[in-house]
Amino acid sequence: MDLNGLAQTSGEWLRGTGPESDIVISSRIRLARNLAQFPFLSRADDAGRAEIESLLREPISSLPVDGELTYFSVNNLDALDRQFLVERQLISREHAEMHGSRGVGIGAEENVSLMINEEDHLRLQVLRSGFALDECWAEINSIDDALEEHVTFAFSEQLGFLTACPTNVGTGIRVSVMLHLPALALTKEIQKVFQAMQKMRLAVRGLYGEGSQAMGDFYQFSNQVTLGPSEQEIIDKLKEVVDGIIKYERRVRDELVVKNRQRLHDQVSRAYGILRSAQTITSEETMHLLSSVRMGINLGLVDGLEIPTTNELFIQTQPAHLQKLRDEHLESAERNVARATYIRQRLGSSNHEHN
Amino acid sequence: MRKCSRCSKPATLHITELKEGDVHALHLCEACAQEYLSNVEVGQESEDPEDLFQQQIESSIEDLEDVDQLSCPDCGITFKEFRSQGRLGCPQCYLAFENELMPLLENIHGETQHTGKLPKRAPEASRRQYELIKLRNRLRTAVESESYEEAAQLRDEIQKMETAFSEEPDK
Ligand SMILES: [Zn+2]
Ligand SMILES: [Zn+2]
Repeated sequence: MDLNGLAQTSGEWLRGTGPESDIVISSRIRLARNLAQFPFLSRADDAGRAEIESLLREPISSLPVDGELTYFSVNNLDALDRQFLVERQLISREHAEMHGSRGVGIGAEENVSLMINEEDHLRLQVLRSGFALDECWAEINSIDDALEEHVTFAFSEQLGFLTACPTNVGTGIRVSVMLHLPALALTKEIQKVFQAMQKMRLAVRGLYGEGSQAMGDFYQFSNQVTLGPSEQEIIDKLKEVVDGIIKYERRVRDELVVKNRQRLHDQVSRAYGILRSAQTITSEETMHLLSSVRMGINLGLVDGLEIPTTNELFIQTQPAHLQKLRDEHLESAERNVARATYIRQRLGSSNHEHN
Repeated sequence: MRKCSRCSKPATLHITELKEGDVHALHLCEACAQEYLSNVEVGQESEDPEDLFQQQIESSIEDLEDVDQLSCPDCGITFKEFRSQGRLGCPQCYLAFENELMPLLENIHGETQHTGKLPKRAPEASRRQYELIKLRNRLRTAVESESYEEAAQLRDEIQKMETAFSEEPDK
């Protein structure tokens, strides 16, 4: 696996396939684990971190999962490569920005990413396209079992798997689903969803780009409780809740189409028009417009464009991806030009342009 | 009863938010909760998460000054350091700070007993113990949701398991 080659492709989880993939972008499960015989990372010095990495690297690299795992020493990657892995959701922002020995094993399809020395010694992650939490769990559970053959994780009978932060203790599981909810956002019905989530101790988070403002009507729903219920109970609860939100979004979409078809069609067409003709565009505006177009495709208001293309553009128009695609360092203003050019090419309108 | 953190009315809504591993809880009355939920952007906090983590710890511990001096015999981290970083130093910290962490865990998760996956090497006895805990939890949920038929079934199952345990000679 070569990071520069990856920029042209996308992971399996962005392919826009799988159950309910018009609304559910991706499903993800991560498990936090720590080695029993080592302090957590806040108390591990450089030598300790290096020892943990070398101890975990071997069992991780030999796992029988997802074709072949490629291992990257994250501390040896430059800032652009680290940012690139963050954009692809293969490492966390925190993992990219920490210091000391750390690494990640990435599956060939990019469904599996195993981070060493993140907040915990080990963060296992499985990602899938669409609404596929059971498949995520089956895979991550077997990876966890396989690792247990080689190492002993910190565990207590009462508190379960012990983690650096008490918010993850117990199962160490974070189950999350990324949803595209343009109709609920447009009608402000999303506020009701937030309220319901808070009461059920579920978290909702917006998707972020360069800035800190949530954009593009993408929302990630995840569990907060990790101690008490079993993994399956946590997964089942999230599945049930997400199922309800999907139905809600569909209902509001249908109503919108019936009541405001013309306005909606106009909005979607304008968004598509701007994306196909803009000469400079920020990532915020890109997300916002792509979100409109994506909904338009699902409602049959856009011809000649497919969901996987919009999904890919969300990732490939991000800063590190653009710079990898162009193979040069770009400042923010230059990125906006490069982004607009790339989008025009992908949307098939570059032939009108003289280069 | 907890008071609303914005005014002094009793808090009826307990909002726990998590961002990048930090937990922060808000205890609000109905009116303040409405206001909060209509103003807050998803994923954006109206207050600094670190402050809220602090508040949550402070609210669950009484003699904070004494407690701050406690330290873990294994890794040496003090409770005060844990409070400021939000991260424990080693697995033993959970034992060293047990009295302080339990109310915090209760606050965050609503429970303090793991019933999920067990390491493969866990002894058979703990596996059965877990099964019982799980069944009892399900029984409680069934009773709370007034599913009496399910509750009756669960009671039978629990009884059967308990009898089976007690009849087996200790190993
Ligand atoms: Zn109030
Ligand atoms: Zn410790």
